[in-house]
Amino acid sequence: MSITYLEAIREAQAKLLRDDDRVFIYGQDVGGNFGGAFKATKGLAKEFPGRVLNAPISEDAMVGTAIGAALQGMRPIVEMQFADFSSIALNQILNNAGTHYWRTNIPIPITVRLPSGGTKGSGPFHSQSMESLYAHYPGLVVMTPATVEDAYTMLIEAVAIDDPVVYCEHKYLYYHLKADRLPTEGLPIGKARIAREGRDLTIVTYSAMLHESLTVAEEFANEGLEIEVVDLRTVKPLDTDTVLASVARTGRLLCVGESFPWGGATAEVIARVTAEGFHLLDAAPARINAKDTPIPYHPNLWSAHRPSAKTIAEKARNLLRE
Amino acid sequence: MLQAAQRSEKKTKGKKTAPHERYLEAYRWMLQTRVFEDKLASLYRGGLITGGVYVGRGQEAISAACGMFLQKGDIFAPLIRDQAGRSAFGEPLIDVARTYLGSRQGPMRGRDGNIHRGKPGQGQLAMISHLGAMISVTVGVLLAKKFKGETGFVGLTTIGEGGMQSGATHEGMNIAAVEQVPLVLVATNNHYAYSTPNDREFACTDLVDRAKGYGFEGYTVDGTDLAACLDVIGGAVKRARAGRPPQLVVASVLRLAGHGEHDDASYITDEIKREPFAQDCLKCAEKVIVDLNLADAETLKKWRDEAAAEVENAVATAQKEAAPEAGEEDWCAISMRHLVDQIP
Ligand SMILES: Cc1ncc(C[n+]2csc(CCOP(=O)(O)OP(=O)(O)O)c2C)c(N)n1
Repeated sequence: MSITYLEAIREAQAKLLRDDDRVFIYGQDVGGNFGGAFKATKGLAKEFPGRVLNAPISEDAMVGTAIGAALQGMRPIVEMQFADFSSIALNQILNNAGTHYWRTNIPIPITVRLPSGGTKGSGPFHSQSMESLYAHYPGLVVMTPATVEDAYTMLIEAVAIDDPVVYCEHKYLYYHLKADRLPTEGLPIGKARIAREGRDLTIVTYSAMLHESLTVAEEFANEGLEIEVVDLRTVKPLDTDTVLASVARTGRLLCVGESFPWGGATAEVIARVTAEGFHLLDAAPARINAKDTPIPYHPNLWSAHRPSAKTIAEKARNLLRE
Repeated sequence: MLQAAQRSEKKTKGKKTAPHERYLEAYRWMLQTRVFEDKLASLYRGGLITGGVYVGRGQEAISAACGMFLQKGDIFAPLIRDQAGRSAFGEPLIDVARTYLGSRQGPMRGRDGNIHRGKPGQGQLAMISHLGAMISVTVGVLLAKKFKGETGFVGLTTIGEGGMQSGATHEGMNIAAVEQVPLVLVATNNHYAYSTPNDREFACTDLVDRAKGYGFEGYTVDGTDLAACLDVIGGAVKRARAGRPPQLVVASVLRLAGHGEHDDASYITDEIKREPFAQDCLKCAEKVIVDLNLADAETLKKWRDEAAAEVENAVATAQKEAAPEAGEEDWCAISMRHLVDQIP
């Protein structure tokens, strides 16, 4: 048997609906026989009548409604059709859900699922990676699972967490990533994972860029260069300790992310490592992100816009030369 | 006006309050609010309040009516001009005094101020500033109650004619009707959003016409007439409770204060101040009480004195309390401490 990243997300939701009657799913086209734009809720409306509900094209009100339901003890999962449209719900996510515990002492246990990241031909409004934007604001946990196993266990954890969680699932990984079976347990939330051990350079990354980075690491291994790859898993909280420990072993740091380059998760990692582990570095740390333009439609442009194994390898090579 | 008060009784039999008793109860919430907010304004002018002060002067009748028909288990999501309704719903004055004066014992513990307060656990949601945002949150609370099999509850939330133009209001009203939750939205057209008059806010003839477009039932009310407010808002609450579609009530008044106490409201024209909707609802209610002899002069004075004493007491208590200390904060914006990002 093999299971894809997308199926893992569906299975996690089926389990959540089965095990916990506080859970319901709210989003555009998630209900009926349709099962969502990407089929992440396929069959669930039928299996769990009244608990997988189509919402109008009202992202702000979808999240507002989820917040209200959470105040009544429910555990809503909101599916954004694409991460990009969560911009309409920023107010509810950042200003309402993100401030509520701090202001009133009552946390808001909602999970907002964001189908994120680029796929060929999707263009400026169906390709965005928004984890850095959400991580910037207080009051949210931001998950960026990169594996089938994490997609499954982290979504289950997301719903169990009493605070609002932004769960960034990568659309490219939906079908490209397969595992033999679903895990029963994952690493604790907030803990990064050493996806590959190495001694010459640390690459810190998350989500789909993990796989580009692993490709580079394999390639370099043929030349006798060992890259250690750290998968952050959650960009907030950010596991600084695991990153620092890795840099202590390798002395070199490259951060790779798919979101826009100004600020963000990669800049945050570098800021922390330079502040806390300057003495560990043998070379100036580097980072790669997407370009500082909207995300292009055409595959020729798109593949040059985001980091790829090729551009990561170039950066890594430069860093290793220093 | 008494006729209207009597009508209101007929339509809200559940509570078994004689019409003039309800009228007088509402009047007392209005009076307490006026006395309290005058006090807050004077504290503000004296430099004793940090941040803004926002009062509901001229809107007390509408607001009192919003709070008075709600029961335990109902939801109230008030906005900036709703002190009378908050009090009628059960918010103690000390919560307000503590929030305005920054006492650490207040519901917001100095983390948020003035009107941005609530006790969601007791059904009073804590508004965020962004106008329109609380409508869908109220819908969500009601939807969850439905999921849980509760019955007989309603949610009431308020908005100004300015806030009514936000996208969040549109989405919130639409989703309320889609989910068929027992929501009452009381929209008060006080003719200005901060300094902006109606003709720069919307271009439809009457905001209540929108009700139909959303699948709400819509009513208008003269916000200067307490009996009418009780009648119309009470009726809307009753209909929502009985399972009718969401209810929109559009009330008309003039804001009889600045947007906040920092604002001299010099943009409010003399012409508009002569409109019938510019009358002071509190004075109108007092006139009804005197004209119809619902209470004698002595009683009215007693009520005023009682309100003043309660206000003084709340303010004096809050003023004696300690302010929050930065050193005692844990500075965690999430409840699950092990998931707090450890920023070096
Ligand atoms: C979305 C949003 N934009 C701007 C503001 C700033 N603001 C606060 S109150 C206000 C005027 C509101 O007018 P209205 O809704 O008519 O209510 P009123 O103050 O007249 O009671 C404005 C512009 C806000 N709170 N929310």
